[in-house]
Amino acid sequence: MWYFLMSDAFTFGAFLISYGSIRFSQNFWPDPNVVFNAFPGAGHANLPLAFVSLMTFILIISSVTMVLAVHEGHKGNRYGVIKWMGWTIVGGLAFLGCQAWEWHHLITGEHVVLADGKLEMIGQTMGGNPWGHLVDPALAQKALAASSHETLVNIVHSVNHTVSHEDLAKMPHEKLMGMVNVAEMHIREKGPIAFGGYFYGITGFHGFHVFSGVVINFVMLIMAQKGVFDRRGHYLMIEKAGLYWHFVDLVWVFVFLCFYLI
Amino acid sequence: MENHHNISPEVTFAPHHASDAEFKKKVRNTTILLSIITVIELGFGFLMYATDFSYTLDLFIKGVIIILSLAKAFYIVSIFMHLGDEIRNFIMTIVVPLLLFIWFILAFVLDGASYLNLRNRYDKAYKERTLKTEHHEPAPAKGGKE
Repeated sequence: MWYFLMSDAFTFGAFLISYGSIRFSQNFWPDPNVVFNAFPGAGHANLPLAFVSLMTFILIISSVTMVLAVHEGHKGNRYGVIKWMGWTIVGGLAFLGCQAWEWHHLITGEHVVLADGKLEMIGQTMGGNPWGHLVDPALAQKALAASSHETLVNIVHSVNHTVSHEDLAKMPHEKLMGMVNVAEMHIREKGPIAFGGYFYGITGFHGFHVFSGVVINFVMLIMAQKGVFDRRGHYLMIEKAGLYWHFVDLVWVFVFLCFYLI
Repeated sequence: MENHHNISPEVTFAPHHASDAEFKKKVRNTTILLSIITVIELGFGFLMYATDFSYTLDLFIKGVIIILSLAKAFYIVSIFMHLGDEIRNFIMTIVVPLLLFIWFILAFVLDGASYLNLRNRYDKAYKERTLKTEHHEPAPAKGGKE
């Protein structure tokens, strides 16, 4: 198991180092505090790092429950193993749920960006991201006039939910322009394209590890429940599943470090 | 190994029969330690967000955060994965190959940095496009409130 984990560490290491290499080759990189500042249910409140801290703690706690499950296994206590494995699985599923929300939020949450002298609304995707340099308001105002009617309707709708999409579409360009204040919107340019690929690629690969960890833990839970390990006389498989699970936590320490902290 | 009849020979360490209370205490202390380190890291993260430090100080804080993360990794591996309880030679077969990362990180990060320098030197348009600090809004726009 240890040698498998070592090889997996090199895989993750290679991904993160290639991310580091690209990042060092860019003059500008998005500030994680700006990218990850949302929290479920908190609307547009600016809460940098809050949600990802929650995810980190979920993973640490599920690692602790795994330690306890392995310990119960050493003692050959079947019900203790079942209980703590159950909590570990709950932690893993909670983490996956959080990640699903985060991805959904990043992909569908569209932000206004300046591109080719016009304003656009884009989400965080593999093809681009809205986290570039801040744009001067005067420049943004000029770009606002040059933007398409449809984009303008979307921009107004994003700041003013009281008027319906259809009503906005009927309004003339000038009226719509009067309804937005570009100085308040912190419009940015597009950021480096590589950001999306690396973020989704690496957190996705880690998420896949969490998912397979949950599946493995679930299988172990069922085996423990059926008394397979009692008949075998030892709970070594729980220990191996535990090593894998801790490794997933360990990798998150570095993913968290590279994407969210520095 | 001879007196652990129930355990397969694959286990390379002798589980020292620590008492239950002692074990729980160790796990609890490690959990608290990991949480505290994480909170400190987040604190530094917020500090960098809230205050406009110089480039060097920013770099220094990031270095501290990296060292704290390595400490976290050490505790997870040695206590939770109890590699610390294995026999020394086994630990070495795991840790020594990982030293390759020192070269790996240095080589690729320096490669990226050198690419950046070369491009900035020979492609002025690129430098102009990606490094325009003069296009920043004045002070109040600092920080993102999207």
